[in-house]
Amino acid sequence: MSFDDWYRQDRLPHIYCAGCGNGTIINCTLAAVDQMGWKKEETVFVSGIGCSSRAPGYIVTDSLHTTHGRAIAFATGVKMANPELNVVVFTGDGDLAAIGGNHFIHGCRRNIDLTVVCMNNQIYGMTGGQGSPTTPKGCTSSTTPYGCTEIPFDLCELAIAAGANYVSRWTSYHVKELEKAAKAGLETKGFSFIEAMVQCPTAFGRRNKFRQVADHVEYLRAHSILKAKVDRMIEAGETVPENMFVVGELAKRNRPYLGAKMPVKTETKPGAKP
Amino acid sequence: MTRTEFWQGNTACAEGALAAGCNFFGGYPITPSTEVAEHMAAKLPKKNGVFIQMEDEIASMASIIGASWTGARAMTATSGPGFSLMMENIGFAAMTETPCVVVNVQRGGPSTGQPTMAAQGDMMQARFGSHGDYSIIALCPATVQEMYELTAKAFNLADTYRVPVFLMADEIVGHMREKIIIPDSVERVPRRELARGTLPFQAGEDLVPGFPQFGKGYGVHVTGLTHDERGYPAATNPKLHADLVQRLVDKIELAPDEMADYDIVNPDAEDVFIAYGAPVRTVQQVMHDRPGKEIGFLRIRTVWPFPEKALSLFKNARRFLVPEMNLGQMAREFERHTKVPVISIPKLGGELHTPDELVAVLEARR
Repeated sequence: MSFDDWYRQDRLPHIYCAGCGNGTIINCTLAAVDQMGWKKEETVFVSGIGCSSRAPGYIVTDSLHTTHGRAIAFATGVKMANPELNVVVFTGDGDLAAIGGNHFIHGCRRNIDLTVVCMNNQIYGMTGGQGSPTTPKGCTSSTTPYGCTEIPFDLCELAIAAGANYVSRWTSYHVKELEKAAKAGLETKGFSFIEAMVQCPTAFGRRNKFRQVADHVEYLRAHSILKAKVDRMIEAGETVPENMFVVGELAKRNRPYLGAKMPVKTETKPGAKP
Repeated sequence: MTRTEFWQGNTACAEGALAAGCNFFGGYPITPSTEVAEHMAAKLPKKNGVFIQMEDEIASMASIIGASWTGARAMTATSGPGFSLMMENIGFAAMTETPCVVVNVQRGGPSTGQPTMAAQGDMMQARFGSHGDYSIIALCPATVQEMYELTAKAFNLADTYRVPVFLMADEIVGHMREKIIIPDSVERVPRRELARGTLPFQAGEDLVPGFPQFGKGYGVHVTGLTHDERGYPAATNPKLHADLVQRLVDKIELAPDEMADYDIVNPDAEDVFIAYGAPVRTVQQVMHDRPGKEIGFLRIRTVWPFPEKALSLFKNARRFLVPEMNLGQMAREFERHTKVPVISIPKLGGELHTPDELVAVLEARR
């Protein structure tokens, strides 16, 4: 078994543009799912609306492609009604942080046992490149033609503050790290949030001076700074440069969570004669 | 052995749901429906069911749809402002053919309106509130007994037709206390499972596909996009979209006789009242005060799909009188189905029509 076995071959080719980073993130997530040894019939993928949210449609398991921003609310219903199912949510920055912001916060607060993978391309890709809550200040989009003037969200900080048990951030460049983070998220009980910064050449790169896809991926790599390094810099009193993505495992803790599986029944009762 | 209780309508609604095997409730507090959620919060955990208070009504509706796909009998309860928020995912439930029950204990609107007063102002919203063409089923209780019975029935209809079913109650019926007889058990019609080897959205003659429950190995893809019989998105195929939406409407609209639920009193009368929900009670008082065969009465419980045939059963009808706690929402619908004059008796403000108000209209028209 590999990640490849989790795809619906009859749905290919997919709708993603040439050079899109979403496929990388889906591959990494499915590789981690595969390593978990989960059965397909016990796994459900849920999503909202947007490019990232098309992912469950390409996966062979039961999958629920829902309304814009609501994936976590739907996934909460699935998981609470049947905790035996492993539930993974694919989402994007617009879906999760704008229209779905409230559901995201409350998913983290409940610390419900889901793994949420956010493909953050810093733009609304599906609708043609409008500014999102994570579009960096100064960046150009079709709704910020003179440069974005708003302050972007730090989704990981939000997830940590709201109570998620596991939080990590990587980029589409860091495929090995991302796969490991996804696995750690799947293993962690409670709400796991994995943010993956991805390139969107069609809607973001084109407007923001990334002539080649590789330029954008290189930008993501060059602007990543390890959590451990940031911690060291803060300790040494150095200034952490702005416009960097802090990558690595940002939170791992063991808060009480919702959606626990039923305890496995043992064959023999304690004290029972063999 | 049946037993007799003295219950509030909202309690009866929750108990009717539990009797029907409801095992998932996702809700958000709102007057005047909150007692339904409170009762479910107290009872469901003791029955191995799930009660979850969501962050808003959008999420409540989402959670019951998610739960329903795992096979749960799922319900939420709300009132006007929450009902408005639910519309987005009600459309999703219609498009994905997800069985679920939504209780709307109606209050005065628009907007925040009259939280503690009754109204029937959401009757058209129940039918047409979400965008696009689709059909739903709506039931209207007029007594505490019917709060119990129609809620239980709503689950069977939802599972049979794979559609959201609305219990369109109102503040009067929801908060009123009266005698109720609890049956030993209520009928439970199981959700028909998808036959193996059949495509997940392939429907037979009844136009309702079998249900591919999550976790059973069907590997079904469920999407709010226009989808083919495999469940795969096909949003730019004109014929496929037309056929799908037509089927979603036809599975309900072509079967009104199967789900029709109404009473007919004095079918030979010339003056005929039509009522649903709380105004039924005022009409009953008028008929009680004026015994005889002079006044006819069509009492409707299944309001959507509208039981068109019921109107033609009053052969001598010269006028239909329709008291409603809105500005004549259903009267317009009745008018569409009959050549007999329909006289709307609207009432706003949150109080029932008095018997005198109905009698005044009755006599003025004679």
